[in-house]
Amino acid sequence: MACAPKHAYNVPMNDVRTLSPEHILVCPQCDAAYNLARPKTGERAVCARCHTVLIRNKHEAGIQIIALSLAIAILIVAATFFPFLTINAAGASNSASLLDAALAFSDGPLMILSLTTAALIVVVPFVRVILTVYVLSPIVLNRPPARGAMGAFRLSEALRPWSMVEIFALGCAVALIKISDLADVSFGSAFWMFAVLVFLVVIQDNLICRWSIWDSLETPKKS
Amino acid sequence: MGLAGDTQEILSAKDIGVIACTRCTRAWPAGTTTCGRCGASIKPNNNKSLQRVWALWLAGLMCYVPANMYPMLQTRTLLQVQQDTIVGGAIELVHHDAIGIAIVILLASVVIPLGKFIAIAFLAISVTKRSSMSNHQRQLLFEIVEAIGRWSMIDIFVVAIMSSLVQLDTLAAINPGIASLFFALSVIFTMLSAQAFDTKMIWDTPQKRQGTTEHD
Repeated sequence: MACAPKHAYNVPMNDVRTLSPEHILVCPQCDAAYNLARPKTGERAVCARCHTVLIRNKHEAGIQIIALSLAIAILIVAATFFPFLTINAAGASNSASLLDAALAFSDGPLMILSLTTAALIVVVPFVRVILTVYVLSPIVLNRPPARGAMGAFRLSEALRPWSMVEIFALGCAVALIKISDLADVSFGSAFWMFAVLVFLVVIQDNLICRWSIWDSLETPKKS
Repeated sequence: MGLAGDTQEILSAKDIGVIACTRCTRAWPAGTTTCGRCGASIKPNNNKSLQRVWALWLAGLMCYVPANMYPMLQTRTLLQVQQDTIVGGAIELVHHDAIGIAIVILLASVVIPLGKFIAIAFLAISVTKRSSMSNHQRQLLFEIVEAIGRWSMIDIFVVAIMSSLVQLDTLAAINPGIASLFFALSVIFTMLSAQAFDTKMIWDTPQKRQGTTEHD
């Protein structure tokens, strides 16, 4: 078969039919069913029909993800409380931290928007990295999964689209240019922390192989 | 089986009596309602998922209208108070020669949301009848909608940053307008709408689905 993926072999109909479900790999996007074959380290399994990456087996990915997650957690806490941007105009000045930005919508019905913004740029990203560390640490250490690890990872996955630090970062750039008309703007320490944070979040997200984590949670390694 | 092209070689989980968990992708025998691995509930019915898509799509559209009519930002300086809608704010930026930023704002707040409404509606209609677009193109379209849709939130963040920063007592102050609430709701509803869309429907051929509904 010319378009078959390297490592997720589609076996003839009779064979897939007779397989028990735990030996079947299903593409989450297009529902294609494959006979499960684990890729070797450094390789990945790609769906032959819609080209979604099904499994990526990266060397030492677990420990890298944990390290990045801890760095992200520290940066989020720091970036939340330190001043982010400072403006000066005709002798008056004002600084804002990430928390101030999140709580900008404070009057009346806009209060709910404050809570949403705080959740999208601080709470959700923070909760996600904590959950990731909680789920991955026992797996990396070859221990049995942590209590409630399945639920924790499920929550972390459900929250994924709602973590918007990278969007907030671009928002900063836009706001800066809009305000620079009105006043002088200078960066605070939190701004640079936030810049680093955005990179780490993107790298961490690309390292995670969801299938492998679910698989390890189901059948913990015994070594 | 009268299936065309690549579907002859690649079988869907549905065809071999297996259903995959939508959260953790573990395969289970058809008819399973709760994933035995991660505990998520498995929804087999595609038509229900389409109803959810349309309901959330409509809610998003309804919030998008007031989001454009009411002011997004209120700028108070020594001499004047100015209220800007989304489009008004972008026009204001063009007057200040910040055309690049005006384009970013218009893209994020007008082009992307409208494009998203059209794209989701197109996808939802395309899975119920024959589509001129190939499965691959529609899969790509959905992935683009999912990836770009979140970026509409940028306007809310810009308003949040500006109104927390520009608070210079009597000199100047920027405050958020009521449109920001509607706009945020609109983005959230359309994100939920896209999430409710089950991409498996794209790959499930129309003649097959008609066959199964007849048996129901």
